[in-house]
Amino acid sequence: MESSRKISLFNHKLNTKHFSHFKWQINGDNIFKLVGALFASSILLLLGLMIYELIKGSWLSIQTFGLDFILGTKWDPAISRVFGALPLILGTVVTSAIALLIAVPISLGIGLALSEYVPKKFGFAISFLVELLAAVPSVIYGLWGIFVLIPFLRDHVYSHLQTLFGFIPIFSGPIYGGGVLTGGIVLAIMIIPTVSAVMRDLFSVVPTSQREAMIALGATKWETAKTVISYARSGVIGAIILGLGRAIGETMAVTMVIGNKFQVWPSSLFDAWYTMSAIIANELLEATYDLYVSALMNVALVLLFVTLVINILSRLIVWRTLRLVRGMAKE
Amino acid sequence: MKKLDYYRFRIIKDYVAHFLVYLSLVAALIPLFSILYEVVQRGISAINLNFFINPTPTVGEKGGGVANAIQGTLITMGFASLIGIPVGLMSGIFLSEYSEHKLSMVIRFFNDVLSGIPSIVIGVFAYALIVRSIGFSVIAAAFALAIIMVPIVTRTTEEALKLVPLSLREAAIALGVPRWKTVATIVLRSAKKAVVTGMLLSIARIAGESAPVLVTMGYWRWWFASLNRPAANLALNVFVFAMSPFESWIVLAWGSALVLILLVLGVNIAVRVLTKERY
Repeated sequence: MESSRKISLFNHKLNTKHFSHFKWQINGDNIFKLVGALFASSILLLLGLMIYELIKGSWLSIQTFGLDFILGTKWDPAISRVFGALPLILGTVVTSAIALLIAVPISLGIGLALSEYVPKKFGFAISFLVELLAAVPSVIYGLWGIFVLIPFLRDHVYSHLQTLFGFIPIFSGPIYGGGVLTGGIVLAIMIIPTVSAVMRDLFSVVPTSQREAMIALGATKWETAKTVISYARSGVIGAIILGLGRAIGETMAVTMVIGNKFQVWPSSLFDAWYTMSAIIANELLEATYDLYVSALMNVALVLLFVTLVINILSRLIVWRTLRLVRGMAKE
Repeated sequence: MKKLDYYRFRIIKDYVAHFLVYLSLVAALIPLFSILYEVVQRGISAINLNFFINPTPTVGEKGGGVANAIQGTLITMGFASLIGIPVGLMSGIFLSEYSEHKLSMVIRFFNDVLSGIPSIVIGVFAYALIVRSIGFSVIAAAFALAIIMVPIVTRTTEEALKLVPLSLREAAIALGVPRWKTVATIVLRSAKKAVVTGMLLSIARIAGESAPVLVTMGYWRWWFASLNRPAANLALNVFVFAMSPFESWIVLAWGSALVLILLVLGVNIAVRVLTKERY
């Protein structure tokens, strides 16, 4: 009994492993597979090359400034040739945080509306409209921001905010229209389609039995919806991180509305500031010497590193949740 | 009595939640309608025959058009598609036909990661790799835009091919058709519409990209000369014109934005109406 099993196991191994590999030959299918694999691997190659090139490009800056590049607060290409990116990093983080503060509740609402509240036939049209927002080019958001949103906010919103909350320092100071808060609002509008689409997908894979159980207990619609959110909560966090990644890398629209002023900390939410992506867009073409170019590449390297970490993290979380929830739904 | 109050409180909470959920829908759609309205209303006055046949005016000059930008955008996009579409198509085919392959798992993941990398970083990459050796050029911009296209085409191709029923493949293989021929003649053909859709969406996406174009070509206001020199670009025109102090240029910015938005939204709407599938 024991020995026959061993023999059959051996045979099995012989068949699948040794035999098929032994017969490898040049035929259409193998070439097809190889060519496909080569093209597909070019994606990995591109990512690797991107990391390598940006490290190589910023090497001069890394050698000159080291950690001071990230902690330094002086950006002076003209005279002392010292580059410190801390204000840019802060500007990026703060505008993205404002964007998330606005976008997350709205996206949660849209996700819930499309999966729980709105009837299916309207839901299709609405999610189509929301996704159109994602298709609008960044530069058009910027144009709209300059000529429509900024005048509107300056005349009808910011002045009221200041009269109501002016005693708080972040709401004091002169109002230009463009600035930190405007940048955050434009970013929020731009990331809502991404975040809400992921949330809708997450909520719609939550098993119906969860909702039925809540309804059977006499829960209201909102209480049922809360269960749905908590069922998909880790995925919701993934979706938020995904939106953060988008916000951090966004360039043109922010460049056009934030005011592009290099300073460590703005005097208020209405003051101008700068972000990492904006300084690359504004200064890379004007960088006249190697260290300057290298410093800007170093900014791009920081941006790449941050978005890589954020993307890998959020994809892992969303993937795991979708698979987990779907797996449970199957059982 | 107290119990009834709590019940009422829950009902009120439910109403408030209803209101807030619908409010969030409205809040998200207002910007969309405002953008569409403003771009159409302000852009339409810029659009006339001159707009399409004249090149960029010199600083502050009245009139002029965006003909050179349309030409440059088409050439850059065409060149980017020449690189991006084959790579994306082949990768998508590999991911769907060998989806259990270990390499596929890794590539699918990093394809998603690549699609999340900011376009400005991709632009700086193209700057480091190409601009530093041959200068600001259409080639550099097309390379950057192609990298943006690849993940989109890969993803949509893979999803399109996966929708083709397994029985079709099995039937072909049972007839003795080799696998590559099955994919090329049967699987691809039956998913043709969805695959082309993905390509169109990726082209629409790069038409609106301005950040990578800015760092690889810079602003160029003449006609296209050669592939290793810059060309004008519609999306970048919007940026440069909008930031300029001249009224006539700002009008051109709105006109360019209208052309862009018609192109981008037109493709998106057409694709969705034609395929009735969500991408």
